[in-house]
Amino acid sequence: MTGVLVSTTINGDAVQFACPTDETLLDSLRNRVGLTGAKEGCGTGDCGACSVTLDGRLVCACLVLGVEANGREIGTVEGLVEDGKLHPLQEKFIEHAALQCGICTPGFLVAAKTLLEKNPKPSEEQIRYALAGNLCRCTGYDKIVRAVQAAAKEMRKK
Amino acid sequence: MAVVDYNAPQSVQEAVALLSGSDIKTKVMAGGTDLIIQSKSQAVEPLRVVDLKHIAEMMSYSLDDGGLSLGPCMCCAEFTALHDVETLYPGLVEAAYLIGSTQVQGRASIGGNLCNSSPAADTIPALIAIGAKCRIVGAGGERTVAVEDFVTGVGRNCMQSGELLQRILVARPAPGSRDAYLRFIPRTEMDIAVAGAGISVTLDSQGVCTAARVAIGAVAQTALLVASAADALIGTQLDDASVAKAAAAASAAASPITDRRGTIEFRRHIVGVLVKRATLIAKERAQASL
Ligand SMILES: Cc1cc2nc3c(=O)[nH]c(=O)nc-3n(C[C@H](O)[C@H](O)[C@H](O)COP(=O)(O)OP(=O)(O)OC[C@H]3O[C@@H](n4cnc5c(N)ncnc54)[C@H](O)[C@@H]3O)c2cc1C
Ligand code: FES
Ligand code: FES
Repeated sequence: MTGVLVSTTINGDAVQFACPTDETLLDSLRNRVGLTGAKEGCGTGDCGACSVTLDGRLVCACLVLGVEANGREIGTVEGLVEDGKLHPLQEKFIEHAALQCGICTPGFLVAAKTLLEKNPKPSEEQIRYALAGNLCRCTGYDKIVRAVQAAAKEMRKK
Repeated sequence: MAVVDYNAPQSVQEAVALLSGSDIKTKVMAGGTDLIIQSKSQAVEPLRVVDLKHIAEMMSYSLDDGGLSLGPCMCCAEFTALHDVETLYPGLVEAAYLIGSTQVQGRASIGGNLCNSSPAADTIPALIAIGAKCRIVGAGGERTVAVEDFVTGVGRNCMQSGELLQRILVARPAPGSRDAYLRFIPRTEMDIAVAGAGISVTLDSQGVCTAARVAIGAVAQTALLVASAADALIGTQLDDASVAKAAAAASAAASPITDRRGTIEFRRHIVGVLVKRATLIAKERAQASL
């Protein structure tokens, strides 16, 4: 397998790594860059646990090749914390107990963040539709929707 | 996965050259939402990937008096946000909007949906309904093929090795002409069509249907253009009786299979229902455009 030097920006930081051409971005992030926030739930685009942004667009990192990150900007759940302070979405997920085992949580947070950037005041239906690609086996989704609504409200105050 | 070589050409010419330059199996990649999954499940055979997303013209579109000229690799998230396109081709936009999740739409392209040539691909009936054409390019030059002739079987299309889809072309609909796409899935989102229907109708100022195209998906080996269903609509006011006739013609044209998501009988029935409903939506849109 040929390795390719990938120069990319992750959560605002310049990062370089040598990447085999048959590796997914999810594996590169976890195993080469050491960012293990994005999880592998399915590896086939169905569960959203691997959600990251690629040049600002929400994608499944399991369906992106690591080499495609070259010259692009990646955003992961690790980028949500600013100056040591949790993002309002993270705070509201804790407050509303919107997680149990937590494996789906990084994906939900990244997906919800991109939703709120585009639509600061989504309806419940819009939230459920936007998060339809994120599966959760524990919470029953309701608490997640409430947490996103509460975070949206909090963020609109600022 | 056995991707042994990754290439990101900057031009179509470069991409075409890469397609014929090797003994190793070579595939072009758009969003990779089909290709990467397929290569994960066929781990052994070495694969060269030619990523088309660094070619500007594959990612762009233009819309003018001549109609829509779409770079086939533009992702659905970008495509479904094009308001000028949505005004003229609402059915194609709604088909693209049905593909997968927000995440999948961030990568999946209409060209990839077409070239993957699944019988259940949502954009294929929608493209057939609006008379879309594929501009194919290869070492031997260019050719243009109607979408209904492009797909030739389950996962098969008329492109030869060394060719790629360069452009999707759709004429500009006249006032009074609009499209719609509907599919049936057992869930509310994130599922593959059990049946689908793409319709376009053209109405004159009296409300008479002067032209129509009816395409059905997921009920045969390929999406089908059903001329008998369109014939049932043309010359009518798209009244209930004519629409019911078109629905029956579509059900008769279907040759579905039974699988865990639907039986032959169910698919045959539901495709008629979808044709009826999509025709009424297209009719309303056509009236509003006059
Ligand atoms: C979770 C999930 C849900 C999905 N849901 C749906 C759904 O609801 N409806 C639906 O229709 N599909 C669905 N899909 C399938 C898939 O997302 C679509 O078929 C998508 O449109 C493929 O586009 P792509 O750009 O990712 O194609 P790619 O994977 O890049 O390519 C697909 C195929 O087409 C070829 N190809 C791509 N572009 C070109 C070109 N320009 N010239 C020649 N060949 C080309 C590739 O070589 C490959 O064989 C889903 C997939 C996932 C993972
Ligand atoms: S691991 Fe990527 S969608 Fe499930
Ligand atoms: S908290 Fe366990 S899967 Fe969502």
